[in-house]
Amino acid sequence: MRRFLLIAIPFGWLLALFLVPFFIVVKISLSDVAVSIPPYVPQFSWETGIGTFLRDLDFENFVFLTTDSLYWKSYVGSLVIAVISTFLTLLIGYPIAYGMARAPEEWRATLMMLIILPFWTSFLIRIYAWMGILSREGLLNQFLMWTGVISEPLTILNTNYAVYIGIIYAYLPFMVLPIYSALDRMDTSLIEAAEDLGCSRLTAFWLVTVPLSRNGIIAGCFLVFIPALGEFVIPSLLGGSGTLMIGKVLWEEFSSNRDWPLASAVAVVLLLILVVPIVLFQRNQQKQQEAEQ
Amino acid sequence: MAVKVFAPWDNPDEKPLIRFENVTKKFGDFVAIDNLTLDIFEREFFALLGPSGCGKTTMMRLLAGFEAPTSGKIELGGQNIVPVPPNKRAVNMMFQSYALFPHLTVWENIAFGLKREGMEKDKLNARVEQMLKLTRLERFAKRKPHQISGGQRQRVALARSLAKAPKLLLLDEPLGALDKKLREATQFELMDIQEKTGTTFVIVTHDQEEAMTVASRVAVMDEGQIIQVATPDRIYETPNSVYVADFIGDVNIVEGKAAPLEENQVRIDWAEGQPPLVCTATQPFDPGQTCYLAIRPEKVMITAERPEGADNAVQGKIHDIAYLGNISTYHVQLSNGTIIKAQSANTRRIARRSFTWEDPVWLSWTATAGVLLAR
Ligand SMILES: Nc1ncnc2c1ncn2[C@@H]1O[C@H](COP(=O)(O)OP(=O)(O)O)[C@@H](O)[C@H]1O
Ligand SMILES: [Mg+2]
Repeated sequence: MRRFLLIAIPFGWLLALFLVPFFIVVKISLSDVAVSIPPYVPQFSWETGIGTFLRDLDFENFVFLTTDSLYWKSYVGSLVIAVISTFLTLLIGYPIAYGMARAPEEWRATLMMLIILPFWTSFLIRIYAWMGILSREGLLNQFLMWTGVISEPLTILNTNYAVYIGIIYAYLPFMVLPIYSALDRMDTSLIEAAEDLGCSRLTAFWLVTVPLSRNGIIAGCFLVFIPALGEFVIPSLLGGSGTLMIGKVLWEEFSSNRDWPLASAVAVVLLLILVVPIVLFQRNQQKQQEAEQ
Repeated sequence: MAVKVFAPWDNPDEKPLIRFENVTKKFGDFVAIDNLTLDIFEREFFALLGPSGCGKTTMMRLLAGFEAPTSGKIELGGQNIVPVPPNKRAVNMMFQSYALFPHLTVWENIAFGLKREGMEKDKLNARVEQMLKLTRLERFAKRKPHQISGGQRQRVALARSLAKAPKLLLLDEPLGALDKKLREATQFELMDIQEKTGTTFVIVTHDQEEAMTVASRVAVMDEGQIIQVATPDRIYETPNSVYVADFIGDVNIVEGKAAPLEENQVRIDWAEGQPPLVCTATQPFDPGQTCYLAIRPEKVMITAERPEGADNAVQGKIHDIAYLGNISTYHVQLSNGTIIKAQSANTRRIARRSFTWEDPVWLSWTATAGVLLAR
């Protein structure tokens, strides 16, 4: 009985909060847009029965996704932006995590605090703040002009650069924390052993530190890549008209065009694309747990 | 035919492999190594012995290059190595924690140092195989460190540090994690390897038995200083201080006032109502000087009657008996409360033992059985 409950609770949770909504979205994606509330047909009713209802569902929206190049270009655009920003986040996050792990014991709690601190304010507000920083009259341009590095303000806001900055900023903690935890667990005598056996500092880093933080790197990359792929707030607020990201397209279909079925179809395809990295991520986590036992 | 004894430390012409010259190492205000001077010779198996925290690991780290001395000079083969970084020293260290690379196999761990040298492939393979064979690890070459036992890991660490054929091998409590049987077997293995390879070994241990078994010379340390350096038998037989006598093996210490007699004999007045003791001293004592007689329990005879013609004899009764199988240690309480330990071999079955609790007995020893110490 207890066993059953133990499985039933998380299973019920998953069913209620993931699978049921997912099937509702799938159902909507198979419907047609209509001027009604909610804005799609068919609606299930007891009079006509389930037969007529199912007959009216079709894959029209999915077919449409393949005909308009906007959609596949957005998917590809999201992938490219997610890959590049994941890489850049790694490039910035690794040294931060390394510095934290090598910092004196008494500083580490504070440094950890500084990494987590941004989560105390709303994500949306922080992205709005970046608009203020990156705009033509923004703080960054003012500062650069004041120091004399540039004479004309740079256009950063509403370009892909702003999107990269936003994603790197927003997801940096997700990169830093798993890498930090991997580096923190590492025995520093391994580095000394490597040096003792003839490695310079740099080769010891490549041959010992990096391989031993591999699981942290992989976890961090997935934790950045997965949400970055579906991100819509950052490209909507910081990106320009040229920024093609599928999350943004989805949001526009849903709110501006009120085309819920098409938006749902976009979401279903996005989810299917995400299944691959999510499964890989889970595998990595599992392997890591096994290795620790 | 005269057998040539290995004793380079007695030869003034011999050049030491390692020379510590007034080396001091401080961590902040804390003095970990205190103005230490020491020579270690080629092909020696040198043991550093001392209680936890006395600076043994720090000395190893100074030799390996992970710490720089605050002052003083460290020479290796006549060259000052203080400015040389660890990866450029012909010294390898076997870490207290083994420090095996968890992401590499046993084979790759052993090959690690050779690859850094840029050794060519055939030679490298041969060298790794040779090391695997020496440490009897051939069957485990493809395993990762977490897939082998503690004893095997320790042998991997040894093989890895030996692979580069260093001039000097540092072993920091290498056998601490092993159980007694395996430890003893490995001690002999280490001696065997040392003999085969001719490498100079410096081993850190806090186990005095281990130091006595493996070492050509033992240094007893305390609070960053070396108290005595000598061969194991000399450390045991002629300790230079109460600290060393007490640290190595079991010992009775009797404190008293010296009264020099003729021919190096010293009379020790040590307690009211107890007969004075006599000891042959190896150093001069002033009349009335405080002195300590150190005498090993196995050199104290225990008898029921007062023995004839013994240099020293005291009477007491048996307070406690520690039965260790092959030998028994009798704790004998004298009339003034002092407890003196005497050891005797159990040649008879326990049921037929001659003495038991509360038996009155005599303890006796010769004038040369003990060592008279000034500190
Ligand atoms: N990096 C360090 N910083 C401060 N104190 C240290 C450091 N390394 C060692 N010590 C101190 O030096 C003393 C000797 O340490 P160590 O050489 O490790 O002793 P052991 O003989 O047990 O190997 C200890 O009291 C230790 O606390
Ligand atoms: Mg130590």
